[in-house]
Amino acid sequence: MSKIRRILTSSGGMNALSSVMAVLVGLLAGFIILLISNPSNAVAGFITVMTGGFSDMFNVGMVLYYATPIIMTGLSVGFAMKTGLFNIGASGQFTFGMYASILAAIHLSFLPDLLRCFAALLSGMLAGAIWGSLPGILKAFRNVHEVISCIMMNYIGMYVVNYLIGVTGIYDQFRNMTTRVPTAANLPSLGLDEVFSTATAHGSVRNSSVGSGIVIAVAICIILYIVLEKTKFGYELKSCGYNRDAARYAGINENRGVILSMTIAGGLAGLGGALLTLAGAGRGIAVVDVLAVEGFHGIPIALLGLSNPIGIIFSGSLVAYLTQSGFLLQQHGYAPEVIDIIVAVIIYFSALALLLKGFIQYFLREKKAADTDIAGTIEENNGESPGDASFEDDSESGSFNGSKGGDI
Amino acid sequence: METIIEMRGITKSFPGIIANNNVSIELKRGEIHALLGENGAGKSTLMSILFGLYGPDEGTILKNGEIVKITGPNDATRLQIGMVHQHFKLVHNFTVLENIVLGVESTRRGFLHTEEARKRVVELSEKYGLAINPDALISDITVGMQQRVEILKMLYRENEILIFDEPTAVLTPQEIDDLMDVMKGLIAEGKSILFITHKLEEIKRVADRCTVLRKGNLVGTVDVASTDVEELSEMMVGRKISLIIEKPEAKTGETVLDVKELTVKGKTQGKPAVNNVSFEVKAGEIVCIAGIDGNGQSELVYALTGLYPANEGSIKLEGKEIIRAHIRNRSKDGLAHIPEDRHKHGLILDYNLAYNLVLQSYYTPQFQKRGFLNFNEIYQYAQELIGKFDIRSGQGGKTPTRSMSGGNQQKAIIAREIDRNPKLLVAVQPTRGLDVGAIEYIHSQLIHERSVGAGILLVSLELDEVMNVSDRILVMYEGEIVANVKPGDVTFQELGLYMSGSKRGEGYEKQEERREAV
Repeated sequence: MSKIRRILTSSGGMNALSSVMAVLVGLLAGFIILLISNPSNAVAGFITVMTGGFSDMFNVGMVLYYATPIIMTGLSVGFAMKTGLFNIGASGQFTFGMYASILAAIHLSFLPDLLRCFAALLSGMLAGAIWGSLPGILKAFRNVHEVISCIMMNYIGMYVVNYLIGVTGIYDQFRNMTTRVPTAANLPSLGLDEVFSTATAHGSVRNSSVGSGIVIAVAICIILYIVLEKTKFGYELKSCGYNRDAARYAGINENRGVILSMTIAGGLAGLGGALLTLAGAGRGIAVVDVLAVEGFHGIPIALLGLSNPIGIIFSGSLVAYLTQSGFLLQQHGYAPEVIDIIVAVIIYFSALALLLKGFIQYFLREKKAADTDIAGTIEENNGESPGDASFEDDSESGSFNGSKGGDI
Repeated sequence: METIIEMRGITKSFPGIIANNNVSIELKRGEIHALLGENGAGKSTLMSILFGLYGPDEGTILKNGEIVKITGPNDATRLQIGMVHQHFKLVHNFTVLENIVLGVESTRRGFLHTEEARKRVVELSEKYGLAINPDALISDITVGMQQRVEILKMLYRENEILIFDEPTAVLTPQEIDDLMDVMKGLIAEGKSILFITHKLEEIKRVADRCTVLRKGNLVGTVDVASTDVEELSEMMVGRKISLIIEKPEAKTGETVLDVKELTVKGKTQGKPAVNNVSFEVKAGEIVCIAGIDGNGQSELVYALTGLYPANEGSIKLEGKEIIRAHIRNRSKDGLAHIPEDRHKHGLILDYNLAYNLVLQSYYTPQFQKRGFLNFNEIYQYAQELIGKFDIRSGQGGKTPTRSMSGGNQQKAIIAREIDRNPKLLVAVQPTRGLDVGAIEYIHSQLIHERSVGAGILLVSLELDEVMNVSDRILVMYEGEIVANVKPGDVTFQELGLYMSGSKRGEGYEKQEERREAV
């Protein structure tokens, strides 16, 4: 028992637990919604939600396919968050990444297949990086808040891309979207599509859309985990994120940190866009005035994964799993939008994950205080710091006065 | 004269600290009663209790001899108690008139009716000599004017008991003169004033009586006319049994830090925070910057360490100009900094202890190879410092810094900064908020650094610390150095006079006087 508690009270265990709780609450809310809209099928529908993604190999493959781009945008948001920035501009970076990769895949036809695909990936990543770096530069030099500039960059990105599609010769006017990416430029499937496939009733085999994209996404997550946790660069970036003043005190160039961090975040979202367009499932950019939704999915995925690159692999997969289950939910007579509500509730509670974390911590520590002495140190410290603040007679004791006082 | 307000046996404690310990104070109708004490003596806490911002743990408040309960500023207003806070509570994009009536607006069928209010405000401002333009925006008027608005706010609410929390801290000398006149005028009209300050000169000028607090305790209430400034100063500073510090004679060497004509602009407009300051620190000596909080010490340190840009002058570290140097380069050149705010600047609380111990050296080849951190080295080094500096930590280098006690957090910072063998150690209030044991330890570490030939610049608000640890004292007052003395040649009282601006040392006369002498 004490061993279990030790794992739970370790910071990693606590983080995971709070996210799991958010998911459970979300699923419970989803069940209630199913009950309200069609009580007779609610149980069957809920079982589908829970198991649909794993019901056969095809579904598993589709889960992985859907997970790929949103893991990347989740990583983009989570990485920026680790360094103290809120990258709400993943949508614009993602769109630019999609555009640049389609452009490269179509126009670089002289390259050998694999190189062509690689060039397309790189173009997507670079385009996203450039798009992400702009809010970073604005923040570093002109102190423009990244949330404002990122939101504007999303719209600018969408309209610019819509315009560029027309003038760079990749517009398919019959479908009102970008020209199909030639098969030669697609990511190698590594046979994954055949592994994750299901035989249909007619005897034919239905392949899923999964390919090497998911492998690349997971690899990037692992690389970023190493960068953040094991390198000097990660140490500096996290210092800026945790405590900008202290980072400055230690001589870390925070402006450089801000720009690099936004550039990397943009590159990740851009790569996510490239992985989607090159997956061979025929996804392109529809020329409509709608922001890419994958960019916004990145925010809850990062929150649910607590900005940890490894956590994001799981949270991204979870959202993809629920999306795939949503399609299957239709067989019980539910609108596929129900799954959007469930995802939204989970997302909503994942925003509360930090709150839940504090609650779990409090609850476990209460019990823990009895058998170890570490809690004593913590309590002692907690007691001290507010005392410091309040005793400061003359300077900034306003926090105390202000909170209660206000104006007469 | 009758007593209008009495606070009897007030005790108020915050976690870990007693801010007011059985303090009593009595305000008579028509007097200016000064409340004197050092930083952290409990003056503001006491007044916040009277104004209803805190509830006392023990003790009672009486108005006109009757016990009253004040649970919030609204109660205080009902009892006609008003307060001008040190940081004004004004809405900057409202006009003067709007600010004055805020909360007590006269309305007609839900619509503001300002004519009446305007008339009353103009009347009040004429009566008390508080000239203002009722239609000016707060953001457009000077700090002195803003203070007048605050005073008018109290008068508009017909307050009888006026609390001024360090009203002169933000004013120019001319504005202070005006304020003093206004205060006298208010008394003449039958108001009573409680005046929080640590400037003795001002007390002598306007106050009738003075209550002195020290470390939360009541020292006494005296009649100002029959008490001289030296006595007040002694009451404020006190003389307790000081920590005896074993300190050999200083063996000073070369100049480590040479500051010339340094000027740093303040955050607010007006006087620069650091005004044309020159001094030097030699190897093997502890130079202490004494002064009351907010007289430019923090800005001086920020300029020295590079956290805040300096505007003019020169800062030389071992003869090398560093005024424009990046923080990292200053640190590489041998400048170590124990910051004033250990949570804001000193530590990254979300990192563990080991990570914090390498905050200034993680980039050196010892702790990283080709960009990858060398965790073995980092944790081994942490273990070494934990042993060497006796940092108490539950889980060694892996201890979450946030969970450590304040004293041990401070030890961690000191270990990190001292272990880099700095040439110049800038320590800002290194013992603030710590217990006696930790203070003693930190003092001994500073003296050890001095004995190995580092120059030490210590900024302290504690006079005991200033007198005991330093080899030389520089007193700062309103951004200028007003005295350069040796601790043996100066008494606590004299130091108090320098700190409150009542006296200046030789060679540190006011700039105008100096110019005249030349």
